Amino acid sequence: MTNTAQLLDADLPAKLVLRGVGKTFRGNQGDVAAVEHVDLEVAEGEFVCLLGASGCGKSTLLALVAGLERPTSGEILAHGTPVVGPGRDRMVMFQEHALFPWRTVLGNVLFGLELKPGLPRRARTEVAMYYLELVGLTKFAHASIHELSGGMRQRVALARALAPNPQVLLMDEPFAALDAMTRERLYGDLQEICRKRRKTVLFVTHNVREACVLGDRVLLMTPHPGRICGDFRVELPRPRDINGVDIATLASRITTTLRAEETKDGGR
Amino acid sequence: MTRRVLNFVAFLLLLLAAWELLVRAGAWNAVLLPAPSTVFVYLVGAARDGTLLEAALVTGRRLGVGYALGLVGGLPLGFLCARFQFARDTIGVLALGLQTLPSVCWAPLALLWFGQTEAAMTFVVVMGTTWSILLATADGVRAIPPIWVRAARTMGSRRLHTVFNVLLPGALPAIVSGFKQGWAFAWRSLMAAEIFITILTGFGLGQMLHYGRELHAMDQVLGVMAVIVGIGLLAEQILFAPAERWLRRRFGLSL
Ligand SMILES: Nc1ncnc2c1ncn2[C@@H]1O[C@H](COP(=O)(O)OP(=O)(O)OP(=O)(O)O)[C@@H](O)[C@H]1O
Ligand SMILES: [Mg+2]
Repeated sequence: MTNTAQLLDADLPAKLVLRGVGKTFRGNQGDVAAVEHVDLEVAEGEFVCLLGASGCGKSTLLALVAGLERPTSGEILAHGTPVVGPGRDRMVMFQEHALFPWRTVLGNVLFGLELKPGLPRRARTEVAMYYLELVGLTKFAHASIHELSGGMRQRVALARALAPNPQVLLMDEPFAALDAMTRERLYGDLQEICRKRRKTVLFVTHNVREACVLGDRVLLMTPHPGRICGDFRVELPRPRDINGVDIATLASRITTTLRAEETKDGGR
Repeated sequence: MTRRVLNFVAFLLLLLAAWELLVRAGAWNAVLLPAPSTVFVYLVGAARDGTLLEAALVTGRRLGVGYALGLVGGLPLGFLCARFQFARDTIGVLALGLQTLPSVCWAPLALLWFGQTEAAMTFVVVMGTTWSILLATADGVRAIPPIWVRAARTMGSRRLHTVFNVLLPGALPAIVSGFKQGWAFAWRSLMAAEIFITILTGFGLGQMLHYGRELHAMDQVLGVMAVIVGIGLLAEQILFAPAERWLRRRFGLSL
């Protein structure tokens, strides 16, 4: 364990605590246990990647932490207080961009700020423009959403999530729909932003290398029911190169573990 | 754009010229279908003495009041139907049924209830507007991707804020087309009502048509018809074209 990781564990209170969290959906084909017995602590400023096959409950877990869904069992604490609904301290970036097409790029980033009390109009616009600059979209502030490319839309969504200055950022496969080159540029941007703004991040993905590049920790999940079955600490220096040897080595180790877990699961 | 406008203007002029020539050549009885020049002379005269403007204002006021009431009723009811199954099963089904009824069918009842008053006219227009606006709003709101609402909730949007800042703008493309349809229904039903019902409080365009026929003044009938077409086109350009342009620019739709 490196010094910083020890420090994070020792001195700072965990930002997110999940204790025995479970979520069962009542579906048409009976009940689905999307998530079961999840125990998890995420320290302040930590970047945690959730890795798992499709349908293993990653989005559900994120929605639970966001407060968009209520757990059927267990409890979730954010900064020591139980999560009972959505809050501006935990912003979400969804699997699809979820931007509002009737608003301009700037208008989308302003949405969350308009709901923040005690923020005059001028200040709101300044904050929004600051985040648009951070994601490199100043020139497109007054563009319509449909005029942007997929990568630009995801960057607007990132700016919108960052603008209310949440302590926790919940990201659900935000870059899944993008081409490799755009994605790699955004990895760089995201690492830079998290270094500058010091966010606690829960980042869902099913791309092993992506998890290794971004995460301080990589958690593995298995499906039916969704559970956490592995916890890897990534102690490589940043910024990391997705094509580097270190990442490849770690990724193959994680993939092997994931396979082993899946065959265990399949034998059931 | 100008090219296409010119095309149409040329086509129209050609049509009118042919019509004029045929009447002058005595192709049919000019009493039944007078020449465009006769209609034009009538229009100039009626515009000068103010009868046309007065009738247009009376009709416009009826339409405006009825349409506004239809909006005020249809929009919130549409939202209710979108959000609550119970409202859908009651008001929603009723609206679906009543929408198929041409609203001029309400005229006999309206006369009975309100007498020969403005209220009877307004009622017919309201019945023509409300249901299509209600249904379009309900469909539009229901078609909104749930992820927009979820995203708004994470940013702190609740109840009424969500209604006004997510559901309403999100359903705007559907709502505007509902408005447009409601307008068309209202305009048609008002004309029908004005032709059939004589109202003592005002003399609208429909009534001018009616009396044009009674007096065998076909120049008046055709002139008023032209005015009705003109008002319809103008309303389209003033009320809906800008809204649709905005929607297209923002949403990037081809409406
Ligand atoms: N609203 C819901 N109602 C019923 N079942 C649901 C609901 N949401 C999710 N599920 C079920 O829960 C399980 C986990 O879904 P979830 O969306 O969390 O998976 P995921 O890991 O995010 O998958 P992906 O990588 O494809 O996004 C799935 O089996 C899914 O069918
Ligand atoms: Mg998912």
